[in-house]
Amino acid sequence: MATTSDKGKSVFASIDWLTILIYIALLAMGWMSICGACYEYGEPRDFLSLASFDTRTGMQLVWIGSSMLLGAIILMTDDRIFDTFAYVLYAAMMLLLLATPFLAHDIKGSLSWIKFGSFSLQPAEFAKFSTALALAKFMGTYGFKLKGSWKNMAVSNFLMLLPMVLIVMQKETGSALVYISLCLMLYREGLPGFILFLGLSAVAIVVVGLRFSETPAVGDLLTLGDVLVAVMILVFVGCLHFSYCRTYTIREAISEGSATGSVQSIRRRRRLYIALFAIGAFIIHLSASTLVEHLADHQKNRVYVLLGLRDDPSGVGYNVIQAKIAIGSGGLEGKGFLNGTQTKLKYVPEQETDFIFCTVGEEQGFLGSAAVLLLFLALLLRLLYVAERQPYTFGRVYGYCVFSIFLFHLVINIGMVLGLMPVIGIPLPFFSYGGSSLWGFTLLLFIFLRIDAGRQRLLR
Amino acid sequence: MTNDDYSLSRRKYVLGAAAVLIVAIYILRLFFLQLTSDEYKARADSNAFMRRIQFPARGVITDRNGKLLVYNQPAYDIMVVMQEQVGVDTLDLCESLGIDTAWYERRMAEIKDRNRNPGYSRYTQQLFMSQLSVAEFSNFQEKLFRFPGFYIQKRSIRQYAYPNGAHILGDVGEVGPADIEADNYYRSGDYIGTQGIERSYEKQLRGIKGSEILLRDVHGRIKGRYQDGRFDVQPVPGKNLTLSIDIELQKLGERLMQGKLGSIVAIEPATGEILCMVTSPTYDPRTMVGRQRGKRHKELSMDPMKPLINRAIGGTYPPGSTFKTSQALTFLEEGIISPETAYPCSGGFHYKGLTVGCHGHGSPLPLVPAIATSCNGYFCWGLLNMFSNRSKYGSVQEAMTTWKDYMVSMGFGYKLGVDLPGEKRGMIPNAEFYDKAYKGSWTGLTVISISIGQGEVTLTPLQIANLGATIANRGWFITPHIVKEIQDEELDPIYTQQRHTKVSPHHYETIVNGMQRAVEGGTCSAAYTNDYITCGKTGTAQNRGHDHSVFMGFAPRENPKIAIAVYVENGGWGATYGVPFGALMMEQYINGHLSEASEAKAETFANRVINYGDYVR
Repeated sequence: MATTSDKGKSVFASIDWLTILIYIALLAMGWMSICGACYEYGEPRDFLSLASFDTRTGMQLVWIGSSMLLGAIILMTDDRIFDTFAYVLYAAMMLLLLATPFLAHDIKGSLSWIKFGSFSLQPAEFAKFSTALALAKFMGTYGFKLKGSWKNMAVSNFLMLLPMVLIVMQKETGSALVYISLCLMLYREGLPGFILFLGLSAVAIVVVGLRFSETPAVGDLLTLGDVLVAVMILVFVGCLHFSYCRTYTIREAISEGSATGSVQSIRRRRRLYIALFAIGAFIIHLSASTLVEHLADHQKNRVYVLLGLRDDPSGVGYNVIQAKIAIGSGGLEGKGFLNGTQTKLKYVPEQETDFIFCTVGEEQGFLGSAAVLLLFLALLLRLLYVAERQPYTFGRVYGYCVFSIFLFHLVINIGMVLGLMPVIGIPLPFFSYGGSSLWGFTLLLFIFLRIDAGRQRLLR
Repeated sequence: MTNDDYSLSRRKYVLGAAAVLIVAIYILRLFFLQLTSDEYKARADSNAFMRRIQFPARGVITDRNGKLLVYNQPAYDIMVVMQEQVGVDTLDLCESLGIDTAWYERRMAEIKDRNRNPGYSRYTQQLFMSQLSVAEFSNFQEKLFRFPGFYIQKRSIRQYAYPNGAHILGDVGEVGPADIEADNYYRSGDYIGTQGIERSYEKQLRGIKGSEILLRDVHGRIKGRYQDGRFDVQPVPGKNLTLSIDIELQKLGERLMQGKLGSIVAIEPATGEILCMVTSPTYDPRTMVGRQRGKRHKELSMDPMKPLINRAIGGTYPPGSTFKTSQALTFLEEGIISPETAYPCSGGFHYKGLTVGCHGHGSPLPLVPAIATSCNGYFCWGLLNMFSNRSKYGSVQEAMTTWKDYMVSMGFGYKLGVDLPGEKRGMIPNAEFYDKAYKGSWTGLTVISISIGQGEVTLTPLQIANLGATIANRGWFITPHIVKEIQDEELDPIYTQQRHTKVSPHHYETIVNGMQRAVEGGTCSAAYTNDYITCGKTGTAQNRGHDHSVFMGFAPRENPKIAIAVYVENGGWGATYGVPFGALMMEQYINGHLSEASEAKAETFANRVINYGDYVR
């Protein structure tokens, strides 16, 4: 007879402590970075002064404490409520998102913050876990198959696109883009690989084509961008041809049955598709360069700055330059806790939020920043492992959502700070200052841990 | 309840691999940013660190008796950072500084011109206006808050206690592009010694600049000192110099030389220390400081009398009869004559149709009276006998070379190596010179005038004074120098080593006898005093215009304290100006003051003016 204590015990025992350990380590390093970013030159350096509530470092401690409390509460709930209330939560959250622009007050052009007394909350940060839950619930229904079902595909996409649209309406494009990452989860659940491939290659062709559109290669006729795009298309076509028109065709022809046609006709059809791909890629390249040419000057400039073609030391380019200087000056071991000069003297903009990784780079050096990256990698791989061990699609889909969201934040945020990605303002999980994002990520992660902790009981 | 398609679970590897790949790329990127180049470190430093230069006090300069000659006075430079000065009310600024907007525009353009200002950067302080006085500065300081990007830098400028010794002391000026190029110690707007000992002892006087490293935030505000000043460098003050100059002697010399062109140089024979170095015309060094320096310098450089030239070392003159002493020494050492050798002189030197005139005196006469009466004939015969002595020298060229070596050993023909810039070497001709001039056919007779310090021979007044010192020492001298002591530093060994001439000391005694006789009944009798035994030699150097008046001498005869050369351009007989000036200078130095009679004499001479007409040299 299972008593409450038995149940508590079993849940407690099946919690994935490794993830919690990584979570706590990230929080600790995150708080150190906040100290580095918010510390004012000449202030006392002891813990009590840093933890004082009238400073940002102290406030962040409050957010960290409340997040851990929140995590603990979630671990003590019944995991079935997430399944049960997934749609309700989703609907409520979408309504909140819809209402937010009307309730919000303008912060630097963003309409995503709702004020409660002296605190502000950003509902968009909480839409992530509810969307993930709704997706998990929908895709976890019995007999659900993504592949081959247009209806399933459409509903999944709708669940993802709705918060995106609502968040774009709050002028938080960065946060909206996060939902694109859920395609990775869809891929795991059966989204054909070539769709991801098409999407990524389109991005690659546009970026490469524009990035080198000002370097002449063949006289005045072709730019280096044109040449590189042509090479890329050839390589893609070669790869596609290799994987779809050679070894597999015969086997697949047999498995599909020869009713539809011979190996030859399958090959012919696929070659046609590959040719279409090449033509499409070429059209995308041409239209991207033409489009940019016809943009208004300031818009064109912005695109070029994003691609690193124009120096813009006072605008977006300034952030990236200063970020690189801060990180680059860290060296192997960094300048030490609270000793960074670039961050202390406010050379890096947004340094306690989107550019928080600069503090890690400057004060902890290569060793510290590589350690943070490896810690995130450990978290991601652990999430994959835990997601794969879920007995039900619900848990797995939710797990992959968590994985995708964390991966996206990591890639975009650190890539931006390192100058490898365009400047898109999204926080670095557990590092960036602020309660909303910390609570949001904690909820996202701990709901998954709670679902995972219940895996054995549900099997019984 | 599960919708598992097991072929799809392979896709976890794709996603895991993507995560690993991305983290690997990012770590690689970190590696390149943080470990492979120092560029970002340098840029971070230039972001955050503001290096504020702290200028050391320049060394002060005193005379040989410890009297302060040159010291420092505060002055203020206005600096500008181009990047920060945007939006300043130009009109208001110009008004506060007492300049007009045209000057402002021109100065700003100058600062930005990298050809004229190679160290230009928009982010660092550039010199806008230099050397404001305390009064000008305090007016500006009150309004400084209104002019972001403008800063004040405290400097010190040179101030002079006496209006004398301008050429010795020299001056300091702003460094030029060539100075910055040559020595990376200097930055645009720094000062450097440009003349005199300010230039030759620049390295000792300037000290070492210090620096403070300040932390500057993104808005340019100073947030404090980097690591509490652990990396700050204190400036090291410049070293003080003690000159060998006696400022009272220098003053007297300059007074005497008023209204005349020429030079007076006095040397302490035992040490080679220069006691005074007068050049005339001169100027007041106090007019060459601060912002009027440029204008004043231009005026002086346009003056046809060339007051910027230090004639004591930069003027080369025929030494005239003072040179005869060196000839006698050479002839004695070479055995051409002995002290007893007498040569005839019937109103001059007559040989093969050539005549070198002389004045009335007994004939024939030996060496000592020849020196005392400054007989031209004697020295012409001496040189002729030397240069035509084929059995000893083989050829006139060989004789000339021997002669030249003697002259060079006495410090002629080359720079002596005084510690001042602008020294000339003078001219001692050699055999090649005459071979070229006379196409190989020349004899002692051809060059006979060099024996009486005329012709091709020229010396600087310093070299003439050094001849006096060499005779006073009976055959050696120490390279004349003007700095007696450097604080915490040894003098250059060349200023302490004796340089011996090729003539034996005992021959010098004969010359000293002749020079004593010149004072006690010869050409220099006006220099006679009961106080001590004076030795002297006049010179009356012929040139195209009126003769130059020259005197070379030393006193007392034993343990000489001062050797001196006086050179008054177009002053006439050596006895006219040279002898009385020499006598007054020696009296001043040996007695420490002038007697009443001497003072009256000095005043008379000081008021005498030689008319140079349209002087162009």
